[in-house]
Amino acid sequence: MSSIPTRHSEILVVGAGPAGLAAATAAASTCAKVTVLDDNPGPGGQIWRSGIASASITRDPARDAAIRCFRESKAVLLAGRRVIDAGPSQTLRTFVEETGVIETFTWDRLILATGARERFLPFPGWTLPGVFGAGGLQALVKGGYSVAGKRVVVAGTGPLLLAVAAHLQEDGAQIVAIAEQAGLGSLLPFATRLLSHPAKLVQGARYRAALSRVPYRTGCWPVAAEGTAKLTAVLLTDGSKTWTEPCDLLACGFHLVPNTELAVLLGCKLKDGCVSVEPTQETTVENVYCVGEPTGIAGLDAALVQGEIAGLAAAKAETQAKALFKRRDREQAFGKGLDRAFALRPELRTLAQPDTIVCRCEDVRYAQLQSQPSWTDAKLQTRCGMGPCQGRICGPAAQTLFGWQNTSIRPPIFPVPLSALISEPNSRETTQLQETL
Amino acid sequence: MASYDVLILGAGIVGSACAMECAQAGLRVGIIEPSVPGGAATAAGMGHLVVMDDSPAQLALSNFSRDLWSNIAALLPDTVEYEPCGTVWVAADDEEMAEVQAKQRLYAQAGIHSEILNSSELAREEPNLRAGLAGGLLVPDDGVIYPPAASNFFLSTALSQGAKLLRGKAAVALHPEAVKLEDGTILAAKQIVLATGSDLRLLPSLPIQKRKGHLVITDRYPGFVRHQLVELGYLKSAHKLTSDSVAFNVQPRRTGQLLIGSSRQYGNDDPAVDASILARMIERAQSYMPRLAELSSLRVWTGFRAATPDKLPLIGPASEPGVFLAIGFEGLGITNAPGAARILTDHLLGRTSAIDASPFLPSRVPTLEPSYA
Amino acid sequence: MPRDLCPPVRVQIWLNGASLEVPEGTMASTALLAAGVPCRISVAGEARTALCGMGICFECRATVDGIPHRRTCQLPCHEGMRLETQP
Repeated sequence: MSSIPTRHSEILVVGAGPAGLAAATAAASTCAKVTVLDDNPGPGGQIWRSGIASASITRDPARDAAIRCFRESKAVLLAGRRVIDAGPSQTLRTFVEETGVIETFTWDRLILATGARERFLPFPGWTLPGVFGAGGLQALVKGGYSVAGKRVVVAGTGPLLLAVAAHLQEDGAQIVAIAEQAGLGSLLPFATRLLSHPAKLVQGARYRAALSRVPYRTGCWPVAAEGTAKLTAVLLTDGSKTWTEPCDLLACGFHLVPNTELAVLLGCKLKDGCVSVEPTQETTVENVYCVGEPTGIAGLDAALVQGEIAGLAAAKAETQAKALFKRRDREQAFGKGLDRAFALRPELRTLAQPDTIVCRCEDVRYAQLQSQPSWTDAKLQTRCGMGPCQGRICGPAAQTLFGWQNTSIRPPIFPVPLSALISEPNSRETTQLQETL
Repeated sequence: MASYDVLILGAGIVGSACAMECAQAGLRVGIIEPSVPGGAATAAGMGHLVVMDDSPAQLALSNFSRDLWSNIAALLPDTVEYEPCGTVWVAADDEEMAEVQAKQRLYAQAGIHSEILNSSELAREEPNLRAGLAGGLLVPDDGVIYPPAASNFFLSTALSQGAKLLRGKAAVALHPEAVKLEDGTILAAKQIVLATGSDLRLLPSLPIQKRKGHLVITDRYPGFVRHQLVELGYLKSAHKLTSDSVAFNVQPRRTGQLLIGSSRQYGNDDPAVDASILARMIERAQSYMPRLAELSSLRVWTGFRAATPDKLPLIGPASEPGVFLAIGFEGLGITNAPGAARILTDHLLGRTSAIDASPFLPSRVPTLEPSYA
Repeated sequence: MPRDLCPPVRVQIWLNGASLEVPEGTMASTALLAAGVPCRISVAGEARTALCGMGICFECRATVDGIPHRRTCQLPCHEGMRLETQP
């Protein structure tokens, strides 16, 4: 049996997005020894994803400041590590895709900052080349994909749509339309709330100004993506009339779904699909904290202050942590408004036609799923959710379409080479992480 | 009070096959399934259709049942993914090759076609096996199916012939000629069949023990493995009564995915994946097929086989009149489902079975006490 | 020298056997997208490219340097990288 050295940290943070960076920086400020694990090549997670040198990236002062503070702290970032499994006695195992290296980490306190992913809802043509997630297309642009001169429709729901549209436009794309499924009736109360969060209002206004010539339609959603070998147009509707928007690319995402897999694997309890936490951000599992989107989709500012609280609480600086509770509660209240404002309209559940693919890994169509009594029946009889994405894409879609819940999580929580299942931690060779770096 | 000719408890592959046989024989059938039909051992197992020679009775049953599978192959829907890919029993050394020779003779006597492969023939059949193996035995009429779809096919066929499925409620007590469900409903039936796998709550004194197994499924690698591969040591592993064991067992699925097993653990009720025995299982597999190491594994899961003391299933009347068993199939539930269903229905209808059914009689096992409410 | 004034380093890769030059660090998924080549063909025969951009959906899988099922949105192009659409 191949054994790998175990590395111990006082505080281990999973995820180097805004919440994870805030947690690590705060914990390190108390002189605790902090390690951060992230599967991307650099810090920032999704919303603060760093691009390659040749990609055009918008300057984001908040992001730059947070990353600078993190780098100046004594917290250590181990990039490229994807968590695949949790072991007994406070252990995590990680895998590095490029090298195939397995590592084991033990911890005194663990902070989960695993973020969220986009929710995809199926509609005819959504599997055509040219159709991307909204955050997905932005991530690909940061990875070097040029959208200059391309006609783009941005659709779906959530504050992400405006941000994505603005960034794509900066990269030279021609934004043909932004279709936000939430109606004005849902959005106006949210817009009014922005008044009590002036920084967010300014941000929103900046996007809006940048996109002032782009039609921004509320109560509007995609009915179909058209094209044969690739996308050529999007069919949009406002509930009464339907029209075609010729385009090259569709950036479509329906808000966010929390990444709770690791939390569930560790035994943390969920409530309404999000990780339950105490005011200190501690989960139902002792010494495990959770921050950011997995505790509830509440946006960047909530994630930052939650991260800070958990970092301080995990480092036993409870008084300092408590001082932030009120700000966190305010931000979370704002976040709850997000949920209400961008709630999915019922029409989205009926976009899929019988032959529309729902599970993209296994090409399982809507008609095959319609007659299944439960998620488990569907998995067994159609293979829906049994592909490499492990149900991360089709699961939330199936939940919206059929009300199915999927909470069974087994390791590996991410596909790994078979050889990765052999390595076992060698507890005799435990090293203190700081000393090796 | 609803009334049936026969009530079948458990809609796994064995229960569903029994339901189909009974419905086709004209009986009014009710099937009680507390959870997801085919969702327990049926969903967890490998789907191997294999003749197994660990005893003459097992050889007869698995051969009989395997033939029934090929008889219905043409009727099976595509989702069942019936593949007559054959099995290769792999011999690592000369000692195991001698076992191969003996096995081939035994099969020949039983009318089962098999071919001995020498070292280079084995390498030609399965290029991804490591070099230096002694050879093997190819059993070309063995096959592979996707069990949940097969179970569903049997169940649907039964329902189309008038059987009724009562889903979502567990049976909590057996009465003479009746079953009580957890919500208090009483269902009457002249005959009651227990096909509940390793769920023994109705008859807790049945001499059945759970044997936990692990499986891993990979992403798609079409052509990586052509036949079901099993090491000869598999039988030794299956025979162990008390200790944990692993054996090399790889199966190609029609999708091109590989299913990798096998492990056996006694006295372990915990469905959680056991990293330690999983590691041993994978190492064993890699020792026969080194290139498995780089394949992407998508999922790992566990399941529970129901094992009897003599490794033969219990098929036939229990000691209380009207109660019948179709239970205790260990790792051969998929293979033996049609054969067991046929034998079970023979018992219900008083027909003579096509093979000698006496080795499977529950009465052969001393401790058998059905519990009545 | 400020980053913007440095000429970008380019690497040469192979895309279904054809040679292509891309800026260093470009994700393999980008190279495929830019060339209009699908990453993979789905179970039902559909051409697929990247969807989520964050390594979760596995739609961007391709055979990279002979190894199938690699997520191209997570792999930066290196000199001589061989990308092939996965069947």
